[in-house]
This record gives sequence, C-alpha cells and structure tokens, in this order.
Amino acid sequence: MTEPVFAPWDDPNEKPLIEFKNVTKRFGDFTAIDDLTLDIYEREFFALLGPSGCGKTTMMRMLAGFETITEGTILLSGKNIARVPPNRRAVNMMFQSYALFPHLTVWDNIAFGLKREKLPKDQIEARVQEMLKLTRLEKFSKRKPHQISGGQRQRVALARSLAKAPKLLLLDEPLGALDKKLRQDTQFELMDIQEKTGTTFVIVTHDQEEAMTVASRVAVMDEGRLIQVATPAGIYEMPNTVYVADFIGDVNIIEGHGTKTGDGYDVTFAEGQPALHAKTDAQLGEAARCYLAIRPEKVTISAERPDGAVNVVQGTIHDIAYLGNLSTYHVELPTGQILKAQAANTRRLSRRSFTWEDKVWLSWTDTAAVVLER
Amino acid sequence: MRRFSWFNATSLTLGFAFLYIPMIILILYSFNASKLVTVWAGFSTRWYGELLQNEAFLNAAWVTLKVAVASSTIATVLGTMAAYVMVRAGRFSGRTLFSGMIYAPLVMPEVITGLSLLLLFIGIGLDRGIVTIILAHTTFSMCYVSVVVSSRLVSFDRSLEEAALDLGCSPFEAFRLVTLPIIAPAVISGWLLAFTLSLDDLVIASFTSGPSATTLPIKIFSAVRLGVSPEINALSTIMIAIVTVAVITASFVSKRASVRQQAEEKAAVRATG
Ligand SMILES: Nc1ncnc2c1ncn2[C@@H]1O[C@H](COP(=O)(O)OP(=O)(O)OP(=O)(O)O)[C@@H](O)[C@H]1O
Ligand SMILES: [Mg+2]
Repeated sequence: MTEPVFAPWDDPNEKPLIEFKNVTKRFGDFTAIDDLTLDIYEREFFALLGPSGCGKTTMMRMLAGFETITEGTILLSGKNIARVPPNRRAVNMMFQSYALFPHLTVWDNIAFGLKREKLPKDQIEARVQEMLKLTRLEKFSKRKPHQISGGQRQRVALARSLAKAPKLLLLDEPLGALDKKLRQDTQFELMDIQEKTGTTFVIVTHDQEEAMTVASRVAVMDEGRLIQVATPAGIYEMPNTVYVADFIGDVNIIEGHGTKTGDGYDVTFAEGQPALHAKTDAQLGEAARCYLAIRPEKVTISAERPDGAVNVVQGTIHDIAYLGNLSTYHVELPTGQILKAQAANTRRLSRRSFTWEDKVWLSWTDTAAVVLER
Repeated sequence: MRRFSWFNATSLTLGFAFLYIPMIILILYSFNASKLVTVWAGFSTRWYGELLQNEAFLNAAWVTLKVAVASSTIATVLGTMAAYVMVRAGRFSGRTLFSGMIYAPLVMPEVITGLSLLLLFIGIGLDRGIVTIILAHTTFSMCYVSVVVSSRLVSFDRSLEEAALDLGCSPFEAFRLVTLPIIAPAVISGWLLAFTLSLDDLVIASFTSGPSATTLPIKIFSAVRLGVSPEINALSTIMIAIVTVAVITASFVSKRASVRQQAEEKAAVRATG
C-alpha cells in the first residue's frame, strides 16, 4: 500500500486554511510586506525562510493579530480576520523573544492558556505534565524563567504555545537555541505532534536543514516579497532564481550566454571553454543572458577525463574543505572561476586520491544544472 | 577598604548633624518633665500620657490616617491608569499636551493647587470636610504615582501582554494577570509615596479642610502658633517614629525582592551547573 502524497496545494478543490490576498504592511513609509499572496493549507508544515529583516516575524504577527494589515486581506478558514482580536483567534504563537511571564513558574507559564479556557484542574494538570515531558522540563517545573538556561526557556515557550493544541501554530525560530541533538529530537516531536493533532504549523527558521527536514513546503522571502514557494525538494532541485539557489544550500553559479538547442540550452560562459549543455523546458527571454545553477554534489570529480560525459571542464584543486563524511573540492578553472565539487569520503584521509594543486576533471550530466534567467 | 580621611569624616558628621540635630532636640524635649519647652527638668513620659487624653489631637490623627489611606489608594488607581494609557496608547493627536497636563501639578505651587480646589469646592457647593481633603490629596498625589508607574511601564516588554492575549486573555485579564503583577513594586512605591505626601501635607489640606475635619499637620501648626508645648514634641516624635518605620519597611521590602531574586538565581546555577 502506498501512502497518498500530501499535496493539497496541487488540488484545486482543496480550501486553504490561510489565504494572504495582496497583503501589504507598512511601518510609516517602510514597506515590511509587499503585496504578498499566499495560500497555506490545513495540516501543512509551512516554513518561512529568509534573511534577517525580510518580514517573517511581521507575517506571523499579522496572523496572530498583533499587527494591522495596511492593504489586502488575510482569510483564516475563509473568514476575514482583520477585525478578530488576538484572544479570539484559534492561533497560538511562539514568540521569537519567548515572552515568558517572569512572575510565574515554568508550570504556570505552560498552564496559563489552559486556565483561560476554564478547564477542570485535573485536565490542566495532565496536559501540563504531558507538555513538560515532551520538552523534558519535568525537573524545572517549579523554577521561574530567570532560573533556567536559554535553551530551557525556549522549550518552555514551545510547550506553552503547544499546550492549547491550536488549529494554527506559529513558531518564530522555535529551536534556534537548542543543541543539534535536542533540536533534531524536537523536530521529530513537532512532526509527530502534527501527525497526531493535525495542527497546521507555520515555522520561521534560519536553519535551512531544519526547513528541509520538517516542512511540507518552504517559502523563501526577500525584502517582504515571496521569491519561491515549493516543497523542500522543489526548492532545492528547481530553484526559480539565483537568489533562491544561493540561499538554500551550496551552489555553483555560472553566468553565460544561452542558445537554444533541441531539448535545452547551450551556455557559453568563457572564451576557449566548451559550451555547457542543460536540459530545460524553460524559455529564456530575448537577452539570452542566463545562469546555470549546479549543486556541488552533482559535480563529479575525477583524475582522468570521463568518457561520454555531456559537460566536462578541467581545473586545478585550489582548496579542500573536509566535512567528515564529505569533502568539498574548490577547483579553479583556467578562466579563474572556482567550481565546487562534493565527494563522499569513503576512504581514510591518508588514502584520499586528490590533493592540492592536482589537475582534475569536473563533469556533470545535462539534467544536473538548472537554467535561470535571474 | 578605603582609607580613613579627616575630610570625609568631617563632612559626613557635618551633613548628618545638619539633618538630624533638630530632630534629636525635638525627641529629647518630648521626654522633658518640665512644661517649659526650653528648660530641662528630668526624664518623663508624662506628655505622651497627656497626648493620649487629648481628643482633638487623636481625632486629627484619625482623620489624617483615613485621608492618607483613601487618597493614596484612589490616586494609585487613577495614576496607574493614566500612566498605562500614556505609555501604551501610542501616538494620538494632543498626546504631548495630555501627558504634559498630567505632570503639571508636580511643578504647580501648592498654594495655587489648594486655592483652585477651594474655589472649585465652593463653586459646586461641596461642604469642606474629610471628602474634600481626600479629593484634593488624590488630585496632587496622582501625578506622582503616574510618574513612578510610567517609568516602570516604559521598560515593560510588550510582548508579554501580547503573549497573554495570544493565550486567550481579554485585554483586561492580560493587564490583571500579567502586567499588574510585574509592575506591582512600582505601583506599591507609588502608593507609599502618595501616602507620605498626604500625611505631611499642610498647605493643600488647610485650603480644603473644614471645621468638621482637621488633619494632624494643621492641628500641630495651629497649636504651635499658640506656643510650642511638650505635647506637640511628643506627637512629633511619634510621627517621626512612624515615618521611620514606614521608610525602613518600604526599602526592606524592595531590597528583599531583589535579594531573593539573586539568591534564586544562584540556587538555580548551582542546581544546573
Ligand atoms: N514596529 C515596527 N516599526 C517599524 N519597523 C518595523 C517594525 N517591526 C518590524 N519592522 C521592520 O520590518 C522589517 C521586517 O521585520 P521582521 O521582524 O518581520 O523581520 P524578520 O524577518 O522576522 O527578521 P529576523 O529573522 O531578524 O527575526 C524589518 O526591517 C524591521 O526593521
Ligand atoms: Mg523575526
């Protein structure tokens, strides 16, 4: 039995949970969010990625009800939320600054939202206990926020926002202060919670690996605009601009001049170098100035010229970055350009086949490179 | 350890002498057996006993206390509300004017405040008595409370209130459950300030008090005009004692809060580290 693919964004009959319709947010004459249109579906794990100050927190604050919308509308379950006060929205937010109540213990912080719902005592007790266990804070339940570490505070904030099991949960950099192990555990916990409760998550993160791990879709933002919204694989394999390709993961960008040939483009990038061929359905505009984006792991490095490869260039090894399981080779072409190639370190360090100043060949297939217009 | 210096010692002694010699003399003479204020005739607590028999003084003391408690409580509520609005409302037209007007009574000469209140009370036909004193004291101590509370609110992290709203609080609940407990120390010091201001106010009270109610400072002042009596010295000594205890308690309470916080932090560090 194969699981049905979760892709409500491809289904025209699916109703989005959140709809941003031409939303603009200005602070004075500074535009923080610029004419943004976006649908987020129920049960999604939606990641917002972008450089500092691009408007991620602002987007969340509009959803939670702390910022008014300058232009456009936001619909939540089909209803305009402009006039709904924050305490009447089925939305909980984990603040980037945590915003823990300093006068309450960890326990009371987590119970705060539950108490507002006037739940019976034992139910609150049970739920808080569950949250403490989830975030491994049982030992600290009697402490005040100033008596615990930064990572523990972050977990309290997370537990507090999760406690009410809201329909929509906004997490503003929820795991930034955690160490790698705990972060991965929490990521899986979050995904697990989502499986169980069907909560929709919108998560801001600076960590693209995290976005790749947890997200059903990723939005890459820049200066208040959405640059690309796609699945993690889509963003990684098919970036729509150089900006996105560069933002997510490591990439080689080769600027050149494209000419249409058969199933794709031939790109000439320097005198005396062979044209590089890339398959694509995309159509370049008149100018034909284009960029090739190639992931380093798709570039094969070899000592001999490989037979039958579509794209081959020669260069010398300029630098080697040893990453443990992988090594990244920085290869300088005769044109002065540096291309990165990644190879798995299957052999011990001392027996590696390439070293500095070696002459090597780099090759990649005609589907490895993405042709981009800008 | 700083070295002992004659200069420091002298200036310290002079400063303290300047501040406290008058009070010490007053306290000493309150235990004087003689009826003549300036002649020492041995130790006695006689005047304290007589003071307790003096209806007029006791009444005035009782009025003063009631006025101080009532006016400082009302002033704290109003002052806190005003401060909250001033800090939170953001920009609206006339904000500067409005906030300036809240603080104006701070610099207004007391005689003018007193006189204008007197005119108001006469104008609206309110009989002067304990109610008018309370109203008058509320008026002028409210701005002190407002200053104290707003300086605390300025540094208050707004996202705490947002978090409370986010977790389902109404704006009023957010204020009651989150903002108020956090700014409580400032509100309490505002109350204490208003309380002491009311206790020792003479000018405004004399404009707004009537035959039915007199406060202690007015009583003392008018008694002294007929000549200083040892009874007054005894009364003043008691007031000094009360104020001293109040001030020490207040500073002790605020000290303890910060000391406890530090101790808790240390304990937490020990427990985790
Ligand atoms: N209240 C405000 N008044 C004026 N400008 C603001 C306000 N809030 C945010 N901005 C501006 O809006 C822009 C977007 O801010 P936002 O907090 O959304 O960034 P972000 O993407 O969350 O950044 P980070 O990753 O650093 O948290 C920033 O340039 C910021 O300076
Ligand atoms: Mg942010």
